[in-house]
Amino acid sequence: MKHTISVLVENQFGAFNRVATMFSGKGFNIHSISIGETETHEVSRMTIVTEGEDKIMEQVVKQLNRLIDTIKVIDLTGQSRVERDLALITVFYQKGTRAEIISICDIFRGNVVDINNKTITLEITGPPDKIDAVVNVLEPYGIKEMARSGTVALKRGEQLKFDKNSVTQ
Amino acid sequence: MRTTKQKLSGADIFFECLRQEKVEYIFGYPGGAVLKIYEKLYDVKHLKHILVRHEQGAAHMAEGYAKASGKVGVVLVTSGPGATNTVTGIADAYMDSVPIVVFSGQVPTHLIGNDAFQEADIVGITRPITKHNFLVRDVNELAATIKKAFFIASTGRPGPVLVDLPKDVVNSVCEFEYPEKVEMRGYKPTFLGHQNQIKKAAELIKNAKRPLLYVGGGVIMSNGERELRLFAKENNLPVTMTLQGLGAFPGTDPQSLGMLGMHGTYWANQAVNNCDVLMSLGARFDDRVTGKVETFATKAYKIHVDIDPTCIDKNVIVDLPIVGDVKHVLAELAAEMNESPHLDEWWEQINSWREECPLHYENNDGKLRSEFIIEKISEKTKGEAVIVTDVGQHQMWTSQYYKFNNPRSHLTSGGLGTMGFGLPAAIGAAFAVKDRPVICITGDGGFQMNMQELATAVFNKLPIKIFIINNSFLGMVRQWQELFHAEKYSFTDLSESNPDFVKLGEAFGVKSMSVNSPGNVDQVLDEALSYNDGPFLVEFKVVKEDMVFPIIPAGKSVKEIMTKRLDPKEMV
Repeated sequence: MKHTISVLVENQFGAFNRVATMFSGKGFNIHSISIGETETHEVSRMTIVTEGEDKIMEQVVKQLNRLIDTIKVIDLTGQSRVERDLALITVFYQKGTRAEIISICDIFRGNVVDINNKTITLEITGPPDKIDAVVNVLEPYGIKEMARSGTVALKRGEQLKFDKNSVTQ
Repeated sequence: MRTTKQKLSGADIFFECLRQEKVEYIFGYPGGAVLKIYEKLYDVKHLKHILVRHEQGAAHMAEGYAKASGKVGVVLVTSGPGATNTVTGIADAYMDSVPIVVFSGQVPTHLIGNDAFQEADIVGITRPITKHNFLVRDVNELAATIKKAFFIASTGRPGPVLVDLPKDVVNSVCEFEYPEKVEMRGYKPTFLGHQNQIKKAAELIKNAKRPLLYVGGGVIMSNGERELRLFAKENNLPVTMTLQGLGAFPGTDPQSLGMLGMHGTYWANQAVNNCDVLMSLGARFDDRVTGKVETFATKAYKIHVDIDPTCIDKNVIVDLPIVGDVKHVLAELAAEMNESPHLDEWWEQINSWREECPLHYENNDGKLRSEFIIEKISEKTKGEAVIVTDVGQHQMWTSQYYKFNNPRSHLTSGGLGTMGFGLPAAIGAAFAVKDRPVICITGDGGFQMNMQELATAVFNKLPIKIFIINNSFLGMVRQWQELFHAEKYSFTDLSESNPDFVKLGEAFGVKSMSVNSPGNVDQVLDEALSYNDGPFLVEFKVVKEDMVFPIIPAGKSVKEIMTKRLDPKEMV
């Protein structure tokens, strides 16, 4: 099963490397890994998408926690969360297909960010399966190249239940 | 304690920090990148530097010192090859959870990455084999980094920490203040076991019909031997130990079943296979212990006490995990035990296994055998010596035939299985232990992997005993070749190429002897054990083809245990 794990690490030289080394040393899979700053300068957030049996996933979380630079590990799998990937996709066009491609881009609420006389570059953001869908649709036109950011994710804010009494009182 | 801040160089700060950490010994070797540190060392009075002959030796000495004393072992080496030579020792310390701090010199920060002379990315190299490591980029961070290094190495599940010191950082000057404590939000080892889990464990033990304690090195590291003895004795519980656990419970006590696992006793392995509650204390279900995981202790409810959460459910899924310091958990557990289980039947069963298949070796043919020598050493030292071994057959025979009565008395490379560990680790231990004999039991193969350290032992007049069990073979490999590899003795016969060990010892100035018959063992051991003017080397020329029994072949179950060499007639 796929797991999305959010890891807060010290924004320090080598912290990313430690995580990567641990994954390769233990033979864990990585589908994608992304890292960037958080609201606090000293802390970075890594979002790791990994896959394996439950027993292995439990070990992944424990091993991440064991690293000294790790501040917090949150397994977002099964939790209400927001997940986004960003993809830049350069597609070949011919006379007549340009408009089609742009309309596909519109349907997926993407942006056209570059164009020349042969190719058109689209920027698509969304959950990973949406990107997969776009790629699928664009493939017949000929994808020249693609760059994906890997998933970034955050847990959704706590959903407070509407309380009738609190409104009336 | 210094109250006013003063300006010091990185090298001065280094020694000031070691003084605050109460470091007594550094095992080291000078070189270009650490010259400034060695310049200061010349006048340092508060610690002693032990000059080794190879940096691998320094790392193993630090391990030996740490294992024997419970303190942190310290290594100082130069950049590049000096640092890379410590890698095996660091990996060894990582696998066996030994607290050492390795300080490596590094090229100046502006040259890092330039392929400078004697440059190696030692922080990158050691990342997967250290508990943590640091590259100090600014002298202002030096003191806090050293404080963190000692704290990380010695707390939680202990382990090696490397601190890389670029030359310019050591040469720079800054205001010095040694922090009293360090705060690391990412590092908070859990010490107290969960109260309810402990209560539950106590209930299980109380009601067990066939309980078994499976004790690992964690009990020794947490200094929990008293708590273990109390808990086991009060409740009449059988105790089996891992290689690293030997000494946590007295080997002479009838409640000790000896070691379990691949070369463990028949009765310990039968007990594991048949127990109804298996309580693991500071052990990690290593493959040398479990054999085939699917068949390991299948009838048992498994309780696992360990300070490292990653050990839980890693190799074997357990029923009741308790994360915490094993000493503390044992004390709590003992307090919860208001009645003891009734174990007469269980003990009867265990003792019948004990009689069914005792440890055995041939001692009537007049040939010199390793088991006999080790049994003699055990008798003569009354199980009170500090025994340091190398890796292989002699190591397994030691674990079977030496009856360890004290913790921190069996120093051996378990996890990594590092040949060459023995001699330097014994040297390190000899700096920590002055009131008991320190004996290195090694093989002709392993001894030759770090024999240069004889010079270190001689120079420091260490009264260590070096007993080389010489069978002119890489014995354990030979054993596997005979049992599992079609008797192809591929590159394991050393008889044509071994040196004359007596002459070798004498060349270093070591008192050396050779023994080849059982009749002389008593006298030579007496002489060696009463000699105090420096190291004493004895080469024991033993039978070449002996094998260690019992053996459970790798990945097999207890059912497949081999207790003796098959008679050729039985092998069809």
